[in-house]
Amino acid sequence: MSHQPLIRVKDLSVNFQTADEIVEAVKHVSFDIQEGQSIALVGESGSGKSVSALSILNLHEAGHVCYPNGAVIYQQQNLLLKPEAEMRRIRGRDIAMIFQEPMTSLNPVYPIEKQMLESIMLHQRVDRPAALKLALDMLDRVGLPDPARQIKSFPHMLSGGQRQRVMIAMALSCKPKLLIADEPTTALDVTIQKQILELLRELQAEFNMSVLLISHDLNLVKHYADYVCVMNKGELVEQGDIQSVFENPQHAYTRHLLASQPTQLVSASNQERQTLLKGSNICVYFPVTKGFFKRKVDEVRAVDQVDIELRQGETLGIVGESGSGKTTLGMSLLRLQSSTGEISFNGQRLDTLRESALRPLRKEFQVVFQDPFSSLSPRMTVEQIIGEGLQIHYPQLDAVQRLQRIKKVLAEVDMDESALWRYPHEFSGGQRQRIAIARVVILEPALILLDEPTSALDVSVQKQVLELLVRLQQRHQLSYLFISHDLNVIRSISHRIMVMKQGQVVEQGDTRTLFSQPRQAYTRELLSAAMLNHQS
Amino acid sequence: MITPEPITTAVVDQAASTPAAVHMSPGQRAWHRFKANKRGYYSLWIFTFVFVLSLFAEFLSNDKPLLVHYENEYYFPVFQFYKETDFGGDFETEADYQDEYVRDILTSNGNWMIEPLNPFSYTTISYHSEMANPAPPSEYNILGTDDRGRDVMARLIYGFRLSIVFAISLTIVGTAIGILAGMLQGYFGGRTDLFFQRFIEIWGSMPELYLLIIFASIFQPSIWLLIVLLSLFGWMGLSDYVRAEFLKGRNLDYVKSARALGLSNSGIMFRHLLPNSLTPVITFLPFRISGAILALTSLDYLGLGVPPDTPSLGELLSQGKENISAWWLSLSTFGVLVGALMMLIFIGEALREALDTRRS
Repeated sequence: MSHQPLIRVKDLSVNFQTADEIVEAVKHVSFDIQEGQSIALVGESGSGKSVSALSILNLHEAGHVCYPNGAVIYQQQNLLLKPEAEMRRIRGRDIAMIFQEPMTSLNPVYPIEKQMLESIMLHQRVDRPAALKLALDMLDRVGLPDPARQIKSFPHMLSGGQRQRVMIAMALSCKPKLLIADEPTTALDVTIQKQILELLRELQAEFNMSVLLISHDLNLVKHYADYVCVMNKGELVEQGDIQSVFENPQHAYTRHLLASQPTQLVSASNQERQTLLKGSNICVYFPVTKGFFKRKVDEVRAVDQVDIELRQGETLGIVGESGSGKTTLGMSLLRLQSSTGEISFNGQRLDTLRESALRPLRKEFQVVFQDPFSSLSPRMTVEQIIGEGLQIHYPQLDAVQRLQRIKKVLAEVDMDESALWRYPHEFSGGQRQRIAIARVVILEPALILLDEPTSALDVSVQKQVLELLVRLQQRHQLSYLFISHDLNVIRSISHRIMVMKQGQVVEQGDTRTLFSQPRQAYTRELLSAAMLNHQS
Repeated sequence: MITPEPITTAVVDQAASTPAAVHMSPGQRAWHRFKANKRGYYSLWIFTFVFVLSLFAEFLSNDKPLLVHYENEYYFPVFQFYKETDFGGDFETEADYQDEYVRDILTSNGNWMIEPLNPFSYTTISYHSEMANPAPPSEYNILGTDDRGRDVMARLIYGFRLSIVFAISLTIVGTAIGILAGMLQGYFGGRTDLFFQRFIEIWGSMPELYLLIIFASIFQPSIWLLIVLLSLFGWMGLSDYVRAEFLKGRNLDYVKSARALGLSNSGIMFRHLLPNSLTPVITFLPFRISGAILALTSLDYLGLGVPPDTPSLGELLSQGKENISAWWLSLSTFGVLVGALMMLIFIGEALREALDTRRS
């Protein structure tokens, strides 16, 4: 029995039926999951990794999906052919799953207790007190503080990491043989990410279960899986032990993925340059009010007495976990968020200007947002989106000149002219981010605030966008304020780095110095959680 | 959660590979999508045709001839006032072209006249019928007459026109006010929003029907009074939806980007937020138009609507109720109402699909 794999996926293909075509999401994929093994499916978005994993549980929406060939063999039975009623018994009890988004995978209207007991009582067939005891044990095991109290709380009262712990506790409460973890830490901060993954590893050894880890993050896979399957466009292009795949990749796509890890793109900055943006004593406090008369009882210090300086042609990376105030700081510096403190841009005070006086100056400092899906107005064509700023700040241009500039900037961000008449939804994430960059670059600004511009992108696209940014910086002498939670990305593009935690600056300095000799404990913790190899 | 990512990529690739889709302007694309919905497309044509036809009701259904040839001269009674004496009659009053005496003069001695298809206006009383009014359909009155002997066909044509014109103007005014109020509330939020919301609560609790009855007794009832009164109350439902869309939209990144670009408040509101907040407006548009038609019809039915002589579908229905056995009254009015409302809803459905740019 022990030589038999726990689950054998054989020649699996998955097709989705849409209104007018059939999409082949997974094509002839085969892999085995051994008992107690930690196996990873890696690939970029659209590679079919999640679809393959969901097929094991047959969790696709019925009616839209069909399996033209292949089988998922578990205990000598093909799970794809099992009737829904039998699958329901296997789900949760034998094979459990945790999802990426801990916010939405717990039902917000029920307390944790109800949701946990439900599945335990269903699968273990025990009575309520026994189930409660089991649930408390499990919550304790996953490291949720004070489980007896927390089990009564509603999902929104827990932090993201705590919620993911609850999800894991729920998944493991029935002692499954296989846990499918679909991007389990992608929505979490790096330090929490590390804790969760380590917890998963401990529990895996303890329960002797197999884990199927789905991730886009090669770095994470490398540290937490024994065996890896690389997927691209629905096909499994390469599989093997972690060591052999990472050290000696056979397939061109694997090599391409590995090469897409951000590398150092800029060298140390020139100290002689002029100061472009200077902020001193920047504070953003949000009052916490209470009662009918909105009495101020407390305040949240989103940004607390931050001093910042950015020189011309330089990239300052601001790094921190969620809630560290890095975005709020960026927005305050551009006067998109009200704040106190002195902000001067090119020697001119911004904080004292009225909004209407500020508007003509806005051409000089622009912003690119994280989510390329929501930052482009969905009902405007690319031409309208890119041309809008020109109409405001260069009203003297006629339609022909405007179109010329738009075409020129599109070429600069490596987009085709045919994009002009199309709408944002027709483009991929990377292309949209290029459009967002084109929209700000066309104004010839001096400063661009980049708020997690690559976080929503696949790793290979991410690298292309970073390279584009560096190229534009060198060509136009741009200054970047680069906000990110991803140390890898920050390191590759920044001249200097500023680490933020709870609204305050923990540490700042040259990229190289900061990475090689971090002075503060928090910085060291961040660096170790990011699992970076100390290269350079 | 997992979205079926392969599908989205497939859509992108497909869009990229069809060159025809690339070179269409936004308007053309919307029209393309509209046409894809056959039911709505044909409804639009039929509705437009019928509505435009009804705009020329005077040429279709009138007791005055379109053209008269009398003693080698041409007369246009539809446009101009002619005395009976102009045609050799006895009276100084307008010629009654339905009168046998006048007809005799105009159709003999080489004189002739071209009459509309249905030679009755909405106030013309038909004397052809040998039965008591309301008279059933006959060769003269193809849909019969109402209880005062007026031709039902004529009253339906004019009534339909009035209903549609009324409904469209009421919808335009109500929607414009609703959008504007919703925009202001949603975009500025805070105190503005608070004030508006309380105002709407108070305003919305006013008894609309009583006000209509009171105003109907103070002022001379007219179609304009009705439009003004109904517009005063009709904007509130819509403004809530637009407000919600704006509240949601103003925190989105593309609005922040527009602010960062240096766009003014009104620019952001009209260029960025409004087009993306129109979905509820457009969803409700056909229902608002049909609702307005129904409102006018029911007010007329109750006798609170337009003045008595005005052709109205509601008045016909109320006659139908009083003369149950006169099936031609209620049945024909019912047919016109159902037909118009159904086509409007089909058009609205297609319109909504057409404006959704995410549809391929």
